[in-house]
Amino acid sequence: MEALDIARWQFGIVTVYHFLMVPLTIGLGLLVAVLQTVWHRTGREEYLRATKFWGKLFLINFIMGVATGIVQEFQFGMAWSQYSRFVGDVFGAPLAMESLLAFFVESTFLGLWIFGWKKLAAKVHLACLWIAVCGSVVSAYFILVANSWMQHPVGVKMVDGYPHMVDAWAVFTNNTALVAFFHTITGALAVAGAFLLGISWYHLWRRRHDGIDTVDAAGRVVVGESDTIPGRSKLDHSVWIKSLRIGAVVAMIAFAGSAVSGDMSGKLMFEQQPMKMAAAEAACHDGTSFSVLSIGDLSSRDCSKVVAVMEIPGLLSFLAHNDFTTDIKGVNTLVPEYQAKYGTNVPDNPIYGDRAGQPINYVPVMPVTYWGFRMMIGFGGLAALASAVALFATRKGTVPRPKWIMRLALLGILAPFGANAAGWIFTEMGRQPFVVAPNPSMSGIDQVFMFTAAAVSPGVSAGEMIFSLAALASVYAVLLVVEVVLLAKYIRGGVPSAMPELGHAPGGEGDRGDAPDGDGDDVLAFAY
Amino acid sequence: MDFLPTLWFILIAVLWTGYLFLEGFDLGVGMLMKVFARDEKERRLLLNTVGPVWDGNEVWLITAGGATFAAFPFWYASLFSSLYIPLVFVLLALIFRAVAFEYRGKVHHDTWRRVWDWAIGIGSLVAAFGIGAMLALTTTGLPLDANGDRVGGPFAWFTWYAVLGGMAVVAFCLLQAAAFLALKTDGDVRLRARRLVGRWLAVGLLPLAVWAIAVAVSNGKWFSWVLLAVAVAAAAVAWAANLRGREGLSFLALGAFLLLGSSTIFSGVFPVVLPSTLNPAWNLTIANASSSPYTLGLMSIVAAVGVPLVLAYQAWTYWIFRKRISTAHLPEPHDFAPAVGRGDAAAAAAGGS
Repeated sequence: MEALDIARWQFGIVTVYHFLMVPLTIGLGLLVAVLQTVWHRTGREEYLRATKFWGKLFLINFIMGVATGIVQEFQFGMAWSQYSRFVGDVFGAPLAMESLLAFFVESTFLGLWIFGWKKLAAKVHLACLWIAVCGSVVSAYFILVANSWMQHPVGVKMVDGYPHMVDAWAVFTNNTALVAFFHTITGALAVAGAFLLGISWYHLWRRRHDGIDTVDAAGRVVVGESDTIPGRSKLDHSVWIKSLRIGAVVAMIAFAGSAVSGDMSGKLMFEQQPMKMAAAEAACHDGTSFSVLSIGDLSSRDCSKVVAVMEIPGLLSFLAHNDFTTDIKGVNTLVPEYQAKYGTNVPDNPIYGDRAGQPINYVPVMPVTYWGFRMMIGFGGLAALASAVALFATRKGTVPRPKWIMRLALLGILAPFGANAAGWIFTEMGRQPFVVAPNPSMSGIDQVFMFTAAAVSPGVSAGEMIFSLAALASVYAVLLVVEVVLLAKYIRGGVPSAMPELGHAPGGEGDRGDAPDGDGDDVLAFAY
Repeated sequence: MDFLPTLWFILIAVLWTGYLFLEGFDLGVGMLMKVFARDEKERRLLLNTVGPVWDGNEVWLITAGGATFAAFPFWYASLFSSLYIPLVFVLLALIFRAVAFEYRGKVHHDTWRRVWDWAIGIGSLVAAFGIGAMLALTTTGLPLDANGDRVGGPFAWFTWYAVLGGMAVVAFCLLQAAAFLALKTDGDVRLRARRLVGRWLAVGLLPLAVWAIAVAVSNGKWFSWVLLAVAVAAAAVAWAANLRGREGLSFLALGAFLLLGSSTIFSGVFPVVLPSTLNPAWNLTIANASSSPYTLGLMSIVAAVGVPLVLAYQAWTYWIFRKRISTAHLPEPHDFAPAVGRGDAAAAAAGGS
């Protein structure tokens, strides 16, 4: 493999991995902040317990996002130096702003929140969490401004072959970015909703399994209590049923939001990157039909072997233009258009190495775009549907007995993660062969584009790339196992895993058994 | 002289210096976990002296990188791609270290803690060395061609300057960490840390001084020597303050030494941001590596708002956590029983997710 291919695999792997942690951080952070706010307002113990428990899981996940985030920033310069040179004038600004205006806020105030229990006034402590969570949300905005500029370059003019920013307002209010921001936040909330739902279901199921909660003749829950098992008081039942309902409702609203924003995003994309949407449909010929199932050799890239098995007439036209009759250009129409505008062959420039002079393939890898698009929607819809079912199934205050349903609920946690990953893979792969996509329509600046083949670092060898890919991928794999094991341990521990004062067996020593001698200061409320 | 590129050169120098000043001591504390702390209680004490602040400190690195990308894309691209292999190690080190801080105390088991202790120790060492090497090389040069790409293979960066820079930052971090522990802890650790500062001060500052002198000699600017003379005075103040038990002053004087040293280095190389060792015509300078005036202007406005804010709330954080801590302040590490029926162990084992 060439350095370019390795660099692309590396970018894909580390970015998809990073984006496993990011939506959970954003979504769960918002929900924990809401839970703590409710506790602060009402003083009800179950909300404190929920804050502590979900907050602990939030932190276990958060740190992985932080650790893998540094790679994201460094790798532009390391593996994609030519890209960094080309776009630096406009792309670097949102990245720098993300650090200065979002990451600092996030890290500093989260440190205050973690270590500030009982040390800060309750209001200040709560405010720290909100500020930190806002930091995460703001960071999503800035990074999406950067990414959206690659999808829809605006606010620049070309100077000596480089795009120079001339209109910051256009860059930071790029319609692509605003819609993507909305779409990303709703996607993150869907992840957090399913997370709350699945884990709460597990705990409610355990309580029934252990005979703590039972149901009466009408099927209503009879909440019980166990003296011997920590985390099995009546209050804990309340923690789980409330978390479950919050999670389910959030997941459903989030899906509705992502459907709306996804539709908006799609309409923009039909205009800005028609080839991406044609590839999402594996649509070879012009038409109005949305493909429900297409088979054949999607990877042939020349469309000759794609067979549409089932189509919904008019739907594609609706997705693009809100009517049922406008023909949408297919791959076969678009390829000559792209060739006329951006050339048939890679320019004869040493930057392109062996690729110089070769024909350009303007069609993205269709099995990826076709199935990526469908997995994004499918997993998202599945999670929303499951949430509705879960809400109904638990209307009487607890979950059904069967174990397999509990397992499904836990498995369901993965669906929104899958939707997020599939969506990103679709939109980034669908942009190929460009790293900065030209926009043939009126709204984009047509002649601002860059081929991915020109973006890689010319001075970095394939061997170096292989080394970094192997090192990062193996470390990431190990850390994913560690994170999941740790999450599982804390999930199984229930509330006492986050509130040690609840976890001691009756008659055992209190948490503060070892009183400090000497100056008589208090023991820290939290320490690593 | 171009005003905006100069301003951004200064700002990036400030960001790097801020990074070394703040993360300097938490990297050093990380290294000291393995060599200074005598038992589990002391290791936890060390960890908790930096617990609330290390992550905020690390953002200075991310911001230095991001600001370089925004203001000097050509500098960012050439430096980061030339140092591909060492930066991979820095990234791995920072990843392990970050995760270790958070995960170490999450499982109550000796082996678990020992593994993460190594991750923190080695992670801190490798990160400090790699960052130091990178900064030394950007001030002394890399074999770059006309396009700014490295020639000579993956290890062409490996020179005495790289080693010197790496040693300079590692040694400074260790010293600064000892001064920080003397300031932040109480009891035996405080006394031992103070003794460590007194004994190792000269050694800890030497490589940084050598690097600054090397830059001063090769660039021949008279004020470099003034700055260096003041730096030596700051080191003397740090030593004397430490001797008298004035730990705060000692810590700040070491910070002043760093500030003066980095001022010597950055002002010495100005206006070159990354020299090419092959041909001076290929040097990256503030003129040929910078972004457009429009972007620099925009970023200046953002920095004018953002930097004072960051300084304010980070200073507030240090104020909140200003109290000295000792081993007696640490809550007992706890393990928790899983919330599953204890009389039902088989079902519990099967019910895991």
